[in-house]
Amino acid sequence: MKRAIEVRNLVKNYGDFEAVRDISFEVQQGEIFALLGPNGAGKTTTIKMLTTLLRPTSGKVELDGLDPWVEQNEVRKRFGIVFQDPSVDAELTTYENMYLHCVLYKVPRNARAIRIEKLLRLFELWDRCHDTVKKLSGGMKRRLEIARGFLHTPKILFLDEPTLGLDPQTRQYLWTHVQKLNQEEGVSVLLTTHYMEEADRVAQRIAIIDRGKIIAQGTPSELKAQTSSETLEQAFLAFTGSTIREESKPSLPGLRKLSRFGKGERR
Amino acid sequence: MEVIYLLWLRQLKRFLRSRNRIVGSLGQPVLLLLTFGFGFGPIYRQAGHGDYIQYLAPGVIGMTVLFSSVLSGVELIWDRQFGFLKEMLVAPVPRVTIMIGRTIGGATVAVMQGFVMMAICLIVGFRLVNFKAWLLALIFTVLMAIMFTAFGTTLASAISDFQAFQLIVQFLIMPMFFLSGALFPLRNVPRALQLVAIFDPVSYGVDGLRVALTGAESHFGVAADLGALCAIAVVLLLLGGRLFSKIQI
Repeated sequence: MKRAIEVRNLVKNYGDFEAVRDISFEVQQGEIFALLGPNGAGKTTTIKMLTTLLRPTSGKVELDGLDPWVEQNEVRKRFGIVFQDPSVDAELTTYENMYLHCVLYKVPRNARAIRIEKLLRLFELWDRCHDTVKKLSGGMKRRLEIARGFLHTPKILFLDEPTLGLDPQTRQYLWTHVQKLNQEEGVSVLLTTHYMEEADRVAQRIAIIDRGKIIAQGTPSELKAQTSSETLEQAFLAFTGSTIREESKPSLPGLRKLSRFGKGERR
Repeated sequence: MEVIYLLWLRQLKRFLRSRNRIVGSLGQPVLLLLTFGFGFGPIYRQAGHGDYIQYLAPGVIGMTVLFSSVLSGVELIWDRQFGFLKEMLVAPVPRVTIMIGRTIGGATVAVMQGFVMMAICLIVGFRLVNFKAWLLALIFTVLMAIMFTAFGTTLASAISDFQAFQLIVQFLIMPMFFLSGALFPLRNVPRALQLVAIFDPVSYGVDGLRVALTGAESHFGVAADLGALCAIAVVLLLLGGRLFSKIQI
């Protein structure tokens, strides 16, 4: 069987800075896989290389057997992604953002209105559907990002810290929906999160990444057993230590940095 | 096709929703029209060239289209900073399609701005002599708009930060405008200036627009104007499409 994702000896350098140092992992078809790590560990950089946004320095990456950098269009047809940072158009309305996504992802015309309404109601955005996104609160914007990500069902779903800034209700719904997609439609999922109990609950396998390297890999119970910890959080701290990480990204195209700059400029 | 239409619509909506931008992008050309038009008008007349507003108006309309198009192309930098670019870049749509949608949208906005500027010129005293040539005027406006939107996209694909872009406006767009013959006839200027104008794409747009709107004598010849604009537009579209397809974030 083809693997959903295969990563072999992947390296990404920004000048002297090694963001990702020789990592390897694979995600089986129909598997939920979590990439956990402190800030600046290289999770988002890895996801960018998997989703055709960034060219790896070296190493092999395959999505559904295809190289994201070589067969960009084919690869893009196979995955969906919820980004860690904002990626909606603040000048458009909630509804327009959803509709544009439907068109970009070729959701059948007659299914669009129904699906958009259903998701906007679910995420309690329906009564704001004709407001421009810049008028929404931070939490609402975040919910819109998630709702948009569920408009179409991809083969492989990337969730980059999807629950950041979400209330418990939405978080609950998000994971239930992801598990449902996984079980009923066989969607493979690669997720990152800082909430260990979420990863413990949802992920079938986990890789812990720190300073650009994978330092442990296995099922949640294996990881706990290896460190004789009771919770995944304890296991995570045992692997990565308890010092707080500086985000040491250089001044190269870093999404996080740019979006932060953007926020500062706008408000 | 639908993607192109929706991205076009997006640019239009964004434009119509930000009134500041509509007013802001007209401010400079209007200022030039009023100060230069009325300031140099008497001298121009004394020199025996007739009405300066008549000469200047096509120039400032061209300027409006130039600035508005480049800015539309450069909205890409905005999209990068506010994150929407990612959404477009991972979509299962060829990036060239996305670039085309954006370009048509940006060009439409620029043409609309050009019309508004023309209306202002008419209020100030500009007279349309050559009604029959409106189609030619439209062709020139559209060509300029497409060319400079593609130019803006090309620039914005290559640079990611806003400061660098402002430098480019200062050192590239402004000179392109001032050296184009938008403000003064190229006929009797020093050879060096004439030579520079030949390599300035804005010259051909302004020249063509002036012929179409006022029936003035063309500096380069209408065929040369059209040919140059088309050729540069094609080159910039190809280059912009290529660079846009290679954006990494």
